[in-house]
Amino acid sequence: MTTMFDVGNKVAAKAVQLCRPEVIAAYPITPQTVIVEELARMVQAGELSAEYLCVESEHSVMAATCAAASMGVRTFTATSSQGLAFMHEMLHWASLSRLPIVMINVNRALGPGWSIWVDETDSMSQRDTGWIQIYCSTAQEIFDTVIQAFKLAEHRDVQLPVMINYSAFTISHTMMPADILSQEDVDAFLPAFEAYWRLDWRNPVTFGNVISDEYAMEKRYTMYRGMEAAKQLIPEIAREYEQTFGRYHGGLIEEYRLDDAEYVLLAMAAIGSEAKVAVDNLRDKGYKVGLGRMRVIRPFPDEELRRIGKGRTLIALDRNISVGSGGVVYHETRSAVLGVEGCKVYGYLAGIGGRDVTYEDIEGMALKVINGEADPDVVGWWDLKDTGGK
Amino acid sequence: MERYEADTTISYPCVGAAGKTGGWRDFKPVIDQSNCIKCLRCWAYCPEGAVLRGEDDSVSIDYDYCKGCGICARECPKKAITMERED
Repeated sequence: MTTMFDVGNKVAAKAVQLCRPEVIAAYPITPQTVIVEELARMVQAGELSAEYLCVESEHSVMAATCAAASMGVRTFTATSSQGLAFMHEMLHWASLSRLPIVMINVNRALGPGWSIWVDETDSMSQRDTGWIQIYCSTAQEIFDTVIQAFKLAEHRDVQLPVMINYSAFTISHTMMPADILSQEDVDAFLPAFEAYWRLDWRNPVTFGNVISDEYAMEKRYTMYRGMEAAKQLIPEIAREYEQTFGRYHGGLIEEYRLDDAEYVLLAMAAIGSEAKVAVDNLRDKGYKVGLGRMRVIRPFPDEELRRIGKGRTLIALDRNISVGSGGVVYHETRSAVLGVEGCKVYGYLAGIGGRDVTYEDIEGMALKVINGEADPDVVGWWDLKDTGGK
Repeated sequence: MERYEADTTISYPCVGAAGKTGGWRDFKPVIDQSNCIKCLRCWAYCPEGAVLRGEDDSVSIDYDYCKGCGICARECPKKAITMERED
């Protein structure tokens, strides 16, 4: 094992290389571009044996990736923000075709106003497309998650695409150490992809064909079952990885200092790691606060939240907004814990559009709730400036 | 032919893989056999393989699958195919 000290995107590319994708289709968009540039360099330098397709848009990226995956080969791509939004139609195509594509989406705010900074509304607005969504907080977690994601996506009971998300710049362009596995180790953990169906001229089939109402609902049901299987398999694969390589970042939720906690912050990606500092500080001051770092949003960890939420107050921090509703984690958490004894849910919108959310901000939000200055039925806007009466 | 255990919608090549599509038709091609010169243009141009070719190169329409697009009538050099409204 070697240690790499580099930005999140470069560590991600290293993990992808070790997973031996056979086709990579790419279109550049800040802040993910570093990933596909690094993979292009690897292909050019002969360090990665893959077909590298430069296509004309993100819609075409996903179309090409779907086409390649339906030939039965392992595929990878990466995108961000507007690029992800442009893929929307093909995201449904990938999941309904049950293609085990792995894609990294570096979370970036949607414009206008034009922005390149972190905001999770891009991936949250794709949460109904049937993609598994995992959120990472460190370069090491990205590295380990990429390898686990291929295994998960390709599992017979899952057969669904996986979107790995992490924060623009605070993770994508920040240098962090990461332990890198050898090719032999990765090959042993992640065997070559064996497709359950493929487009093959020797055995001609068509897919994406007309489907009548007689069968369509059942196809959605089997997809739903695939997601349910992922709920079990994400923690299982994470534990298998831990047993093999000694690293574990949590299952659907990473639980941090939850023993005797009365208040539990729910946060993800960069805010998820920053919240650990806030929890430590609040603990030092005598407040019984813990953290549930939301690693997985699809499938949504309902059961875990019901268990964690029993007799506790949950404080959801959302760096995303469904305008007209509120933060997605807040609303989905409220729905999940409905009827759970002694559980209250508060929600804050923080860091929308990339504004920095420090541990002091997180402590501030937690203290508002602890001191009875927050309303659980009203979504709070943290650090909101005067908008001139509008 | 290998059958896949696919969780998505797969179809295998066979006659009428998408069902009997003749029901989609508004107009049906009717061949005037007395005018037909067996040039086989209708057979070659039909996008659905719904023009049947006989041993003697005579042609007929497979109404189970003909969608009524009218290409055969348009291409026929003898105007031996007319499109008639379905009842």
